[in-house]
Amino acid sequence: MTLLEERPEAGEEAVETIWRDAPGLAGFFSTVDHKRIGMRYIYTAFVFFFVAGLQALVMRAQLTTAEADVVSPEVYNQLFTMHGTMMIFLFNTPVLAGFGNYILPLQLGTRDMAFPRLNAFSYWVFLLSGIFMISSLLIGKQPDGGWFAYVPLTEKAYSPGINMDFWGLGVAFAGISTTVGAVNFIVTTFKMRAPGMTVDRLPMFVWSILSMAFMVIFAVPAVTVASLLLEADRLFGTAFYNAEQGGSPLLYQHLFWFWGHPEVYILFVPATGMISMIIPVFARRPLAGYTWAAASLIAIGFISFGVWVHHMFATGLPALAMSFFSAASLIIAIPSGVLFFCWIATMWRGRVEWTTPMLFALGFMLIFLLGGITGVMVAVLPFDWQVHDSYFVVAHFHYVLNGAVVFPIFGALYFWLPKMTGRMLDERMGRWSFWTMFVGFNLAFFPMHILGFLGMPRRMYTYPGGLGWEALNVIITVGSAMFGLGTLLTVVAVVRSRTGGKPAGPNPWRADSLEWATASSPPPHYNFEAIPIVSGRHPLWEDEPVRDAESGDDSATRAYGPEGAVRRETPVTTGLDADPEETMTIPGETYVPFVLALGLAVIFVGLLVEATLVGIVGLVLAAAGLVTWGWRTEADLK
Amino acid sequence: MTLAAAEAVTEPSRSREAKGRSIAWWGMAVLIATEAMIFATLLSSYVFVRAASKEWPLGHIEPPELGLIWFFTAILLGSSGPMFFAEHGIKKGNQARLRLGLALVSIMGASFLGFLVYEYHELEFGIRDNAYGSLFYAITGLHGAHVAGGLLMIGMLQIKAWLGRFSAERHETVAVIGMYWHFVDVVWIFVFSTLYLSVHVS
Ligand code: HEM
Repeated sequence: MTLLEERPEAGEEAVETIWRDAPGLAGFFSTVDHKRIGMRYIYTAFVFFFVAGLQALVMRAQLTTAEADVVSPEVYNQLFTMHGTMMIFLFNTPVLAGFGNYILPLQLGTRDMAFPRLNAFSYWVFLLSGIFMISSLLIGKQPDGGWFAYVPLTEKAYSPGINMDFWGLGVAFAGISTTVGAVNFIVTTFKMRAPGMTVDRLPMFVWSILSMAFMVIFAVPAVTVASLLLEADRLFGTAFYNAEQGGSPLLYQHLFWFWGHPEVYILFVPATGMISMIIPVFARRPLAGYTWAAASLIAIGFISFGVWVHHMFATGLPALAMSFFSAASLIIAIPSGVLFFCWIATMWRGRVEWTTPMLFALGFMLIFLLGGITGVMVAVLPFDWQVHDSYFVVAHFHYVLNGAVVFPIFGALYFWLPKMTGRMLDERMGRWSFWTMFVGFNLAFFPMHILGFLGMPRRMYTYPGGLGWEALNVIITVGSAMFGLGTLLTVVAVVRSRTGGKPAGPNPWRADSLEWATASSPPPHYNFEAIPIVSGRHPLWEDEPVRDAESGDDSATRAYGPEGAVRRETPVTTGLDADPEETMTIPGETYVPFVLALGLAVIFVGLLVEATLVGIVGLVLAAAGLVTWGWRTEADLK
Repeated sequence: MTLAAAEAVTEPSRSREAKGRSIAWWGMAVLIATEAMIFATLLSSYVFVRAASKEWPLGHIEPPELGLIWFFTAILLGSSGPMFFAEHGIKKGNQARLRLGLALVSIMGASFLGFLVYEYHELEFGIRDNAYGSLFYAITGLHGAHVAGGLLMIGMLQIKAWLGRFSAERHETVAVIGMYWHFVDVVWIFVFSTLYLSVHVS
C-alpha cells in the first residue's frame, strides 16, 4: 500500500477532479460516464415520445369527425407509420436502455459498465439514427408504408420516393445501438457484480435487463437483415424480395416477425422488471416468489422465439401479422401470470404506501389485465377473422405497448429520477398526472375495441358518417388529448423538481437495492467510494449502511476500497459467485465513440441520398475512429 | 465487427491466477453470438428462397465451380492453425512465435480474400440478375467483409506485437481477436456447404 500513501482519498476534492468530465461541450461529447449517458438516453427518448405523441394527436384530430379534412390521406399514412416506428424504435426500446444504463451498474455495486466507451457509442448511434429518421419529418417525406413496411408495397416500384429509405436505413442504424447496448448489459451483469452478489441475489430489474439483452442479441439481427435487404433492393436493384426475379416477399415477413415477436417482450420484460422493483419497496416487504419471478422473466425470453416457430409451422403466413400481438399474449399468459401473482402476493402481505410510482404500478396492473384478456380473446376465438385489421387490434396493442410499457416507465421516472437528479418530484402533481393519464388512456383506447366490432378498419384516414362510429371517435379523441395532458403534467413536475424540488437524500424511499446505497443523489462520479459487500437479496434492508469492501494487495481486489475510486478502477468478479477475479481500469473521456458513430451516420446519409462520395467520407471517418479506438487502449489506460 | 475487439483491447494485464474469462472475452463471445445470428438469418433466407424455387440456381445460371475453392477453403480453415500457434506462443512469452503466427494468418487470410475478388471477376452472373445472384453475393460478400475486418485487426495486432506490447502476462487481446478469427473460419464452413457444395450435390 505504500504506493498509495500520496494518493488522495476518495471523497476529497482531488478525487472528484480525477473523475470529473471536462466542462461544457468538450465533456458533453467525450464523457463515458454511464450515469450521464443513461440520463441522456432517457431525455432523448422522451423527446421522440412527444413528437410521436403529437403525431398521434394529429391523427386523432383527423378522425374525430366523419369525412374530416385535417390531413390528406398521404400525410395520414406518414403519420401512423412514423408514430408507430418512433414509439417502438426511438422511444420504448431506448428509454428502457436508458434506465438500464443508469441503474444497472449501481444496482450491481460497480463503478461503470463493462465497456464504457461502447456505451457512449451506443448512445451516439441512437441519437444520430433518431435524427436521421426524424429528418424525414422536417423535409415532409416521412416513411408511409406502415411500421412493419411490408414488401412489395415498400419496394421501389410501389414506393418510389425517398420516404421508405429513411425507414429501412434508419431501422438498421438504430439496431446497431440496441445490439451493442445489449452486449454491454450482458457482460456487465456477468462480470461486474459487487462481491457477494451471487445470481440468486440479483435485483429483479437486473434479471429483466439481462433477459431483454439476450432477446436483443438473438432477435435484432433478423430485423437488421430484413431492412438492409429491403434497402439493397431499393437502392441497388437486387432481387431479394422481388417475386418476378425469383425473390420472395414472404421472406421479408418471416425475417421481420422473427424480430417482431420477441420485440414485444423486449419492451415488456424490462417494464415488468421496473414494476418488480417498485412494488416491494412500497409494500415494504421482499418480492414474494423471487425465484419464480426471476425464472418467469427468463422463460419469457425463451418463449418469445417459440411463438414465431409456432407461426411458421402451424398458423401459416397470412395470419402471421394479424395475430402478432395476440398469439404473443396467449403464450405470455403463463410466465406473466406468475409475475402477476408475485406482485399481488407482495402487496397483499405488505402494507402499501400509495406513492406516485406505486399508482403507476397499479395502473399498469389493471391495464395489463385488460390487455391480457383482450389478447387472449384475439388469440383464441375464431372471431379473430372479424376483428382482423380493425380497431380492435389497434386497441389491443396500445393496451400492451402504451399501457403495459409506458405506465411502468412513468412509474420508474417518479421512482428513480430523485436518485438521478437529487430532487423529489412533486407527489401531488404526480397523482394528477397519473389519474389524467389513466382515465385518458382508457377513454382513448377502450372504445377502440367496440369500434373494432363495429367494423372500423385500422389505417384509414377517414370514414363516412352514419355508421354509428362518430360518438366513439369523439370520446377517443378526448381521451387521447387527456392522456397527452397527463404526460405533460409529468413534464411540469420534472421541470419544477429540477429547480425547486425537495432534496432527495441518498435513499428517499427507504428502498433495498444498491443504487440507493450511494453516498448522495445523484451519486458521485465513481458511484461507490468503496465497493459494497452484498450478503443478501436486499442489501439496504439487511444491513444499513451496507458494509464496504477493503482493498487487498493482489490484482483481483486492489480496487475494492476507496483506492479503486482514486485510480478510476473497478473490480471484475466471477460469473456465478461474484468472487474477486481481476481489476479493470475505467477509460477516461474520449471523442472516439462519437467520431465512429458520426462516421456511421455519414455512411447512412450517403446511402440515403445515393452519393458515393459522402459514403466514402463516412467510411474514412468510421475507419479513423475504429483504428484509434483499437490503438489507444492499453497505453492510455496504464 | 471490429468494434468489440477494439473495445476488447482495453483489457489491462490479467493476473495469472485469474480464474474466469476476461470481460473482453465475454464481450467478444456475445458479439459473436449476434453475428452468428446474422449469418444464420441470411443462410436460412437462401434455403427459404431455394425451397420455393423450381430450379436452382435460378435462370440457368452456372453455379460457381468447385475446383479452386476447395483449395482456398483449406487455406482459410488452415489459418486457424497459425492463430493457435501465435496464441500459445505468447502465453509462454514467445514473441517470435507470436509474430510468425500472425504473419502466416495474414498471408493465408489475404490470399483467401484475393481469391474471392478473383472469383467475383470470373463469375458470369451479377448481384442484380435474380434472387440467386443477390443472395450469393450478399452472403459471400458479408463473409468476405468479415475476413477483411479480421485481417485489419490482425494487422493491428501485428504492429503491436512488433512494438512489444504483448507479453506472457498481457496477451488477452490476442486471444480475443483469435477467437473472432476462428469464428470467421467456422462460418465459412456453413457458407461453403450451403452456397457451393449443396448446389452441386443435387
Ligand atoms: C399518446 C398516446 C397514443 C395515441 C393517442 C395513439 C394513437 C394512435 C393512432 C390514432 C394510431 C393509428 C391507428 C390507425 O389509423 O390504424 C396509432 C397507431 C400505432 N401506435 Fe399509437 N398512440 C399512442 C401511443 C402509442 C405508444 C406509446 C405506442 C408504442 C410504444 C404506440 C404504437 C403504435 C403503433 C405500433 C401503431 C401502428 C402503426 C401502423 O399501423 O403502422 N402508440 N396510434
